[in-house]
Amino acid sequence: MTGAPLLEARGIKRRFGHVTALDGADFAVHAGEICALIGDNGAGKSTLVKILSGTDKPDNGEILLDGQPVAFAAPTDAQAKGIATVYQDLALAPNLTPAANLFLGRELLFAGWRGALGFVDRRTMRMRAEAQFQRLGVRLRSQHVSVASLSGGQRQSVAIARAALWADKVIFMDEPTAALGVVQTERVLDLIRQVRDQGVAVVLISHNMPQVLKVADRIEVLRLGRRVARFKARDATIESLVAAMTSGLAVEGAS
Amino acid sequence: MNIGWRKIGTASSDVAAEEGAPRDWSRLVGGGWVFLLLIALIAIFTILRPTQFGSSFNLSNIAVNAAILLVLAVGQTFVMIAAGVDLSIGAVLVFSSVVAARVMLMLAGDQGGGAYGTTNASLGVVVIGAVAAILSGALWGALNGFLVAVARIPPLIVTLGTLGMALGGAQILTGGIDVRAVPELLVMGLGGVGLFGLPNLVQIAVLTAILGAIVLHLTRFGVHVYAIGSNSEAARRSGIRIAQRLIVIYAISGGLAGVAAIMSLARYGTTTIAGHAMDNLATISAVILGGTSLFGGTGSIIGTVIGVFIPIVLLNGFVIIGIPPFWQTVAMGAVLIISVFTDQLKRRARERA
Repeated sequence: MTGAPLLEARGIKRRFGHVTALDGADFAVHAGEICALIGDNGAGKSTLVKILSGTDKPDNGEILLDGQPVAFAAPTDAQAKGIATVYQDLALAPNLTPAANLFLGRELLFAGWRGALGFVDRRTMRMRAEAQFQRLGVRLRSQHVSVASLSGGQRQSVAIARAALWADKVIFMDEPTAALGVVQTERVLDLIRQVRDQGVAVVLISHNMPQVLKVADRIEVLRLGRRVARFKARDATIESLVAAMTSGLAVEGAS
Repeated sequence: MNIGWRKIGTASSDVAAEEGAPRDWSRLVGGGWVFLLLIALIAIFTILRPTQFGSSFNLSNIAVNAAILLVLAVGQTFVMIAAGVDLSIGAVLVFSSVVAARVMLMLAGDQGGGAYGTTNASLGVVVIGAVAAILSGALWGALNGFLVAVARIPPLIVTLGTLGMALGGAQILTGGIDVRAVPELLVMGLGGVGLFGLPNLVQIAVLTAILGAIVLHLTRFGVHVYAIGSNSEAARRSGIRIAQRLIVIYAISGGLAGVAAIMSLARYGTTTIAGHAMDNLATISAVILGGTSLFGGTGSIIGTVIGVFIPIVLLNGFVIIGIPPFWQTVAMGAVLIISVFTDQLKRRARERA
């Protein structure tokens, strides 16, 4: 990867009582790449993502966004700086339409007196949502049905499209295909590539090694709260990834 | 003879069509069949006793009977769409009416113990009394919202607790004896007939339903009510200030109980300490009949309007055709169970899809 990383973590430490979740972890992701973050259970992936998305705070270490040190007091801070997370449990409101979900918490109001009274401009929201789905190649059965009546893959697509609508820098995705069938998984992976091609840095957390090799550009491996290896996806094999995850065999394959 | 429900129906169905929750007409009008049930009931009673049931006096009577319950049910709709429940509204109504009656009596001059009759209090006094009722209702509601949102106590328990506190409070304030001296202006004015020959109480209820529908279906606040009921965690992560929203939602319910308190004073000319014990269950069943899910996230004001009228039309019709009115309670129980059952069937069908 060329150039400076878009988002970088240096020497992040985080302890919960006697448990050290992160022991000086480093991490970096560049604009326009899909970087897989892998590691065995308890390696510290979730904690690292929480810290980088503003949900948790590190005890030590620094976070750089565009080379500038940043500190997030809350997830909304990170969101304001263009960083979003697609959670495993989706975090969609199932009774609302896809458009209402895309604009959840950021509803568009009418201009003028109607806006001053808090009236929402549903037409504009729906049109902008449609444009966003079109841009990312997401096809939904209807804009008017509730999210609950969509398939799992479509719901995941709505969640990713929402993140991509608001985050122009980094999107974290936690096991985005874990609950999906084969065809739906393919669609979601295509969507993730689409998001990357818009210039966003995508961080993919996954246990599915073949999928990681297939979709990621780079792979960073965490073990016991530290980064133990970095790979270019085309140079990595499942064996080398598993070896790095389990034995901590330090391979600085690339980057 | 379009009294009450039809007026409300046409007014807010346009609103409902623009709704952001899915354009699912069947859900908007409570699974459709509830609306058909109401029409069928009205048709049956009208055919059986056209002169009695269809008389303008009777229809007006039905509308007045529904008015107070509808105002309460609008607030309950907000709370239940946000996946809560407000058991305290009847008790808050009683408390607010006692506060209002006491305030008005105090300002009008306590005439010999002030236990009976009407006072000749001025309009200013009545307005102050109304504000006092709405304010005390809204405060109880805000307390409910605070305990639900900040202390994170389940709404069932919170509002059961405030039910007891508000009712007990009303009894402490009055020594358990109803305040029977209310301003004549209130009883004759608000309790009387106004524009277009419609009872004022009905006009207040219509206005409340229309305003409620506008806020719920057209504003950002309304979207947040649905979002909180649909998935509060998603709403929180999206930056919606849930605690603030919930406090307002419950305060709306409490404030509308305050409005209903003034309506009740105007209608009965006395506080009715023992008279509102079933209001909470009546509104909850009306809201559920109207298609609001027990689990929150869906529902509409127009549905609630229909849900309010079904038990009242049923009772009225039974009395007119000579069926013992006790059967109304039985029929209502059955209708409620059927409506929740169909809601669950729809839910399951959707989850399978």
